[in-house]
Amino acid sequence: MLKHQVIVIGGGLAGLRAAVESARLGADTAVLSLLYPVRSHSGAAQGGVNAALANMPECKDDSPAKHAYDTVKGADFLADQDCAEILTTDAPARIYELEHWGVPFSRTEDGRISQRPFGGAGYPRTCYAADKTGLYILHTLNEQAVKLGIKVYNEWAAIALASDGALNHGLVALNLQTGEIASFAADAVVFAVGGAGRIYKRTSNAMQSTGYCLGVAYKAGIPLKDMEFVQFHPTTIVGTNILMTEGARGEGGYLLNNQGERFMQRYAAKAMELAPRDIVSRSIQIEVNEGRGFPEGGGCVHLDLRHLGREKILERLPGIRELAISFLGIDCIEKPVPVQPGQHFIMGGIDTDKDGATILPGVYAAGECACVSVHGANRLGGNSLLECVVMGQRAGAAAGKFVKGKASAIKEAVLNDAAKKATAEVEALLKSSGKERLVNLRDEMAQTMTDQIGIFREDKAMREALATLHALRVRYRNVGVDAKHRKFNLDLLRTLELGGMLDVAESIAAGAVARQESRGGHSRLDFKTRDDANWMKHTRAHYTPDGARLTYTPVTKTKWEPEERKY
Amino acid sequence: MTDSIKLTIYRRDPDLDTAPKYQTYEIQPEPGQTVLMALYHILENVDKSLAFRASCRSAVCGSCGMHINGKNRLACETQLAPLGNEICIEPLPHLPVLKDLVVDMSSFWRKYEKVRPYLITLKEPPASGKERLQSIPDRKKIDDFIDCILCACCHSACTLDAWSDGYLGPAVLAKAYRFVADTRDEGGAERLKLVGSEEGVLRCHTIFNCTEECPKRIPITFGIQEMKKKVVWGKLTGKM
Ligand SMILES: Cc1cc2nc3c(=O)[nH]c(=O)nc-3n(C[C@H](O)[C@H](O)[C@H](O)COP(=O)(O)OP(=O)(O)OC[C@H]3O[C@@H](n4cnc5c(N)ncnc54)[C@H](O)[C@@H]3O)c2cc1C
Ligand code: FES
Repeated sequence: MLKHQVIVIGGGLAGLRAAVESARLGADTAVLSLLYPVRSHSGAAQGGVNAALANMPECKDDSPAKHAYDTVKGADFLADQDCAEILTTDAPARIYELEHWGVPFSRTEDGRISQRPFGGAGYPRTCYAADKTGLYILHTLNEQAVKLGIKVYNEWAAIALASDGALNHGLVALNLQTGEIASFAADAVVFAVGGAGRIYKRTSNAMQSTGYCLGVAYKAGIPLKDMEFVQFHPTTIVGTNILMTEGARGEGGYLLNNQGERFMQRYAAKAMELAPRDIVSRSIQIEVNEGRGFPEGGGCVHLDLRHLGREKILERLPGIRELAISFLGIDCIEKPVPVQPGQHFIMGGIDTDKDGATILPGVYAAGECACVSVHGANRLGGNSLLECVVMGQRAGAAAGKFVKGKASAIKEAVLNDAAKKATAEVEALLKSSGKERLVNLRDEMAQTMTDQIGIFREDKAMREALATLHALRVRYRNVGVDAKHRKFNLDLLRTLELGGMLDVAESIAAGAVARQESRGGHSRLDFKTRDDANWMKHTRAHYTPDGARLTYTPVTKTKWEPEERKY
Repeated sequence: MTDSIKLTIYRRDPDLDTAPKYQTYEIQPEPGQTVLMALYHILENVDKSLAFRASCRSAVCGSCGMHINGKNRLACETQLAPLGNEICIEPLPHLPVLKDLVVDMSSFWRKYEKVRPYLITLKEPPASGKERLQSIPDRKKIDDFIDCILCACCHSACTLDAWSDGYLGPAVLAKAYRFVADTRDEGGAERLKLVGSEEGVLRCHTIFNCTEECPKRIPITFGIQEMKKKVVWGKLTGKM
């Protein structure tokens, strides 16, 4: 049996930052990751990361408090205000630290970290490195992990926790390279497993952003919080739904309908294209629905950057230019890019406190998979990379302190039981003669989520979706795996993942049907306004074999009374 | 309707096969379809035993380097259409095959770790706790080299045994150069020593394979030669 004091699941920004912190505190720390850390989807983040550094002439009087207010307002007042304040107060130190470790931030004339405007922010507050910020931060954090000699278990999928209900003792994982299943003893486990975009059909997320591992925590009895809040990014390339960063609008890009009109005028006259994402996505969808869109990809609008000029595009947005050329054959210097909203981020996730601790002692979570909550009902662009480094650091510190100077309480029997159970499940999948097949189930789930639990929601369609998901979960029991080989068995991995994805999808649908109001990313045609009297509360979904059981917890308010969100 | 195309794919499960076999799949390409999407199509609908690596599908994670019609490329950004009606897909050359298109990258990562691939600083950061200053022109010096996604396309294309223990290879040297060229880095002589041997920059014969096969068009050979100049000068002047 392999053993470490702290095992971080996932090697993206949140996971690496957590591992670095716990290792710096002296805990024996390992990272276990399905992908080599530098392959994580954090590397796809383009636009930048927020911190009130006040480096630009326009933002001399910016402050963490103003950043916190913008975050809370952007969140449609569902964020816990104390947590938002922690996020923005810790932000400058975490960003400076990244610079000290070598992140090649773009610079101001006087050599400081440059900042650009992003949606929903009162000041240009988004620190960036061209339009490849995530890539550079991810590689830099990986470099720090190498420097500290942190052990990485590459291409292992965590498939179960080993908990006795009162304490967690480690985890069980599948080695993709060999097909072997092994248990890992760990006094503390940190989930940093990223997003769940592949539950949806149209998504900016990676093939590996399945959300499966949220299901692993969920099934172990840890609630998922606020899952109904899903962010749709306004500008993904039609067809592939690869992202065109918000930075493109931050640099001055326009959104145009088929009349050549900057339609955001009608929806957010002041902020225009830089209104928060939920608002811009809905506006695009309305334009398309009302016949003012273009037909490509089932409906889209144009992102026009031509007026920015060649030089600015090449300097500030070289990455997205390349992407539009490679995937659409369109050079944004010469032509507008057809874009449509796509699933982009989950505001919800594994329920944690402000130090990343879950209700199960010994289990922590950070990054996109966690819900603290700092993003509430809608995340501001640039706040997610920030969450990864701020909450990654805090969760790593908490896990490091949890294990420090304490005799290990790990019970091997619990681990052995968990391993036996997980092995049996995998073996059963491999042996199953079930008639159902992965692609059909997965496609139906993703299409249902996009069509019925998407940008606009209403009771009837959501109830149907919930019924479809229940049926899919039943059909999943009869799923068979065709590939029987051991090494790199993608059919097995993906089928296993689908089980967790269905559980997570169901938690999203259940939360959405129940919440009878519109708030942030949750926008209902049958309940069009926010209802603070009844719904200013967090949803918690608890796993049961028959679907999510929902409970609610209060939102923490410190300074800011809810107000109408106008931009 | 477009004509169907033939994808011939290298197949091997080292547990079962003593030699690789090539299997041909006929598919109906969709407009704009990439090699990666074709592989997913085969995996999901035709042959579920196929193995390959991928994640971001947007040319940034570095997972999907493969040898496609004789050239190392990222499957996710390679369109089918320009490749013609017969396409041959093989794993990155010279690396041990784990299964089908999946290669064993462990020696690559070991070499990466050897060159101290992180910013080395001797001076403390500013007492204010704030960022180190760096001018825009200084920051520009690393523009190309920070774009490396460690996909190993260059590494496996190098004819000088990048895959053997005798040579660090272009990707790892490019990573070293990313720090050598960074005005904030103070690892100078120490890092140059790590790369300044027969195992490092001296072995490069400027064949330019790496530069030609880099999906990110990083001028890798340039970086290697810049370091070689510094190393040779250091040796000539007795400083190294
Ligand atoms: C295209 C795109 C652009 C974005 N741009 C920005 C931006 O400009 N600014 C911003 O703030 N945010 C941005 N975001 C959001 C932000 O990038 C993500 O929320 C964030 O990077 C997530 O990081 P993470 O560490 O939580 O997860 P990830 O980086 O996704 O890492 C997840 C890790 O978990 C591992 N893993 C998953 N499942 C398992 C398993 N079963 N077992 C073991 N390991 C597992 C994976 O291997 C991976 O290493 C963007 C998102 C996308 C999709
Ligand atoms: S899948 Fe990420 S580079 Fe191709």
